[in-house]
Amino acid sequence: MTAAVLAHLVPLVAGASAVDATTFAVAALTVLVGAAGVIFARNPVHAALMLVMTLFGVAVLFVEQQANFLAAVQVIVYAGAIVVLFLFVIMFLGVDKQDDLEHDPLRGQRPLAYVLVGLVLAAMVVLGVTTHWDTGARSVAGVARDSAHPQSDVAVLGKSVFTTYLFPFEITAALLVIAVVGAVVLARRSAAEAQGDDRDDAEMGEDPDGPGTTGSGGPEDGMPAYDGDVQEVTS
Amino acid sequence: MSVDPKFYLALSFALFSIGAVGLLVRRNVLVMFMCVELMLNAANLAFVTFARKLNDVGGQSMVFFVLVVAAAEVVVGLGIVVAIFRRRRGATADDFHLMKG
Repeated sequence: MTAAVLAHLVPLVAGASAVDATTFAVAALTVLVGAAGVIFARNPVHAALMLVMTLFGVAVLFVEQQANFLAAVQVIVYAGAIVVLFLFVIMFLGVDKQDDLEHDPLRGQRPLAYVLVGLVLAAMVVLGVTTHWDTGARSVAGVARDSAHPQSDVAVLGKSVFTTYLFPFEITAALLVIAVVGAVVLARRSAAEAQGDDRDDAEMGEDPDGPGTTGSGGPEDGMPAYDGDVQEVTS
Repeated sequence: MSVDPKFYLALSFALFSIGAVGLLVRRNVLVMFMCVELMLNAANLAFVTFARKLNDVGGQSMVFFVLVVAAAEVVVGLGIVVAIFRRRRGATADDFHLMKG
């Protein structure tokens, strides 16, 4: 069995140089270890750091496949902006406490999750093995590497994005503006709400035993602290 | 030339599966978001792999757009998480009984 698998794998690896094969192996290991770390780390901060590891591994694999610009963007946008945003929110909210991985509120959900994802993985592998991807048809986007006119991948990608995909590019600009406005609206506190929070804080300072019972139920008070039996949601 | 695209696709499948397991298994909303990022990265890796295999720049353009949409998604998603946290301490996906009208 192992010999048969090896006999199948060796010709695939043989086409690549030792450097490429080693780079792929190291990067793939980095990606998988980081991904496993994200889902098994109890502390959200550790999960975010493992996510950085995965993103760097994926960036290396992008470089391996001549997508240098995308690798740079991957590091700058994902590792530089998105993960920092995650860490900022984790620290801001103070949720960097341990997570309970054993307790299962929905009975049997976790085993079912593993089974379902295993089925999906099997389906993907079967599709990948049995499907012939290369139909020979050319897309409208153009070739990535033209041996007659060698260009950097930045030039090729830029030309594609600013000609073929110009309209989607404009749409993403609108999407980003909408996302920024949405984030501001979501994160902003109205004056009444801020006042209510201040009063809550003051009352909590006087009566630390009952922080959940001080709200008067008005819409500006926000929700009372969670005590497992929240019945009414007023706003 | 780098290793065969089959290996990249296999890695992409594995990464997607790990992300899907994490999304279903974890309770912390922030970690669930990170698992969504893992799945997006798996899709990006598959796009770049096909761009190389088929010598077509469309795959790389698609990764560019996926990156932009992922950034927008994270900004809005984390804004929602912060808004939920302001109303009630804690944000785990188990608290769905609050949604019962």
